[in-house]
Amino acid sequence: TSEFNLTDVLFFCRKAMENVVDDDVTKRFSPQKLDSWNLLTRNNHNFCHISLRLKVVWVLGLLLRYGVLLPLRWLRSCLSDKVHLMGCHICVRSLSAIITYHNRQNKPQNDGICVANHTTPIDGIILANDRCYSLVGQLHGGLLGMIQRAMVTSSPHIWFERAEVKDRHLVAKRLIDHVADKTKHPVLIFPEGTCINNTSVMMFRKSSFELGCTIYPVAIKYDPRFGDAFWNSSKFGLVRYLLRTMSSWAIVCSVWYLPPMNRKEGEDAVQFANRVKSVIAAKGGFVDLKWDGGLKRARVKEAFKEEQQELYSRLVVGVSQGADNAASDSAKES
Amino acid sequence: MGSRASTLLREEEIEEIKKETGFSHSQITRLYSRFTSLDKGENGTLSREDFQRIPELAINPLGDRIINAFFPEGEDQVNFRGFMRTLAHFRPIEDNEKNKNPTASEPLNSRSNKLLFAFRLYDLDRDDKISRDELLQVLRMMVGVNISDEQLGSIADRTIQEADTNGDSCISFQEFIKVLEKVDVEQKMSIRFLH
Repeated sequence: TSEFNLTDVLFFCRKAMENVVDDDVTKRFSPQKLDSWNLLTRNNHNFCHISLRLKVVWVLGLLLRYGVLLPLRWLRSCLSDKVHLMGCHICVRSLSAIITYHNRQNKPQNDGICVANHTTPIDGIILANDRCYSLVGQLHGGLLGMIQRAMVTSSPHIWFERAEVKDRHLVAKRLIDHVADKTKHPVLIFPEGTCINNTSVMMFRKSSFELGCTIYPVAIKYDPRFGDAFWNSSKFGLVRYLLRTMSSWAIVCSVWYLPPMNRKEGEDAVQFANRVKSVIAAKGGFVDLKWDGGLKRARVKEAFKEEQQELYSRLVVGVSQGADNAASDSAKES
Repeated sequence: MGSRASTLLREEEIEEIKKETGFSHSQITRLYSRFTSLDKGENGTLSREDFQRIPELAINPLGDRIINAFFPEGEDQVNFRGFMRTLAHFRPIEDNEKNKNPTASEPLNSRSNKLLFAFRLYDLDRDDKISRDELLQVLRMMVGVNISDEQLGSIADRTIQEADTNGDSCISFQEFIKVLEKVDVEQKMSIRFLH
């Protein structure tokens, strides 16, 4: 059965001609044609004289673009830092914060992560008053989320979606990429993960210390005589906290910049974290604790009790002298 | 930059093309813009490779034949005049043109010229006859490997049988016109050109 017709070629023929006149693909590889000229010669293929008025407008546009917009954009990054710092100065004044920075020569550089003990959300402002940092955290909704998004337009911060926070590799990769870029500010991390009342330093989360980046430890000590900076988040919210802070005598604090530290050979992340923690505790005069700050809200893990039980069992069964001593010591303590 | 200026279309050229093809001023400048965007070598002519660069054309089974239609006998460059002349065949026939002065030369997009264009797609050797071989060639181009030689052969035979009136086992242009008598050639062989 033949359905062929001599006119069948006409279909292919017309299609081919349509494609000669215009096709969907080749025009994508050259600049887009505009309906009306946007006053850029780079977009105007038929650069011909239309009217004197248009030419004058184009010259003005040229001056504006090369004389004003281009230099402004170039300066943008250093201008944004200055504006940022100015904003922080204003915030700090409004809190009547008197900050003494010690050992400024150790101030964090662009190639590392800054870690500090955490007492209050104001810690960030106190540190950012002296240089710009990139913040890390979960992206919130509402007003705080809006502020977070706005901050990103002036300098790079690392905000995570809720789902990404659980993906540790993703988090680690973003941090490493950020630190590797020397033009970006150091990342500011509070490894305790929660606010502590400034008398002790609690367990540092090891994730920041696994990345292999330089760590710049900072100790922040508030003088409790002039005002209580500690945010007891289980007792009152942020607004009440700010009210309390702004109605106290002053916020007087000392910030010590400590020399940069790197992970030593054969040291794992937990040991490194503990080493940094003890350095900060020593400088600030804090008690160095191994307990997790998360215990503010969560119960202690059963595993720790099991660890005690295991040590005692060894004592009873008497496996080795070394284990005996260790077990009897911990048995005496508890 | 100098070569660019020399390929800019002059007003006199536009007028000449307008007379020859019937396109409007804006259509000609638009098509000139298209011509230059296809002309990668920027030498004012198109080669077969320039056409092949259009993906949708390259995958068209009759693409090569159509591209061939642009090039005059034995040449492998086509200038803008030639480009327009070929495209002119596909200009839609406007009503006011149908009642034109009968002594004026036939426009390129007349029914008869459209049919001649289609005929020449088959008649490669330009002997004014579509032979069985020529028909088979076109058929083979359109179906690729999907139909066997015997089947294709019988399709060709049947087509020639239906069209051939003078018994020479070929389809002449007159016989071709007769077969396509009832077909709305104007519509099938016209494309929309933006104004």
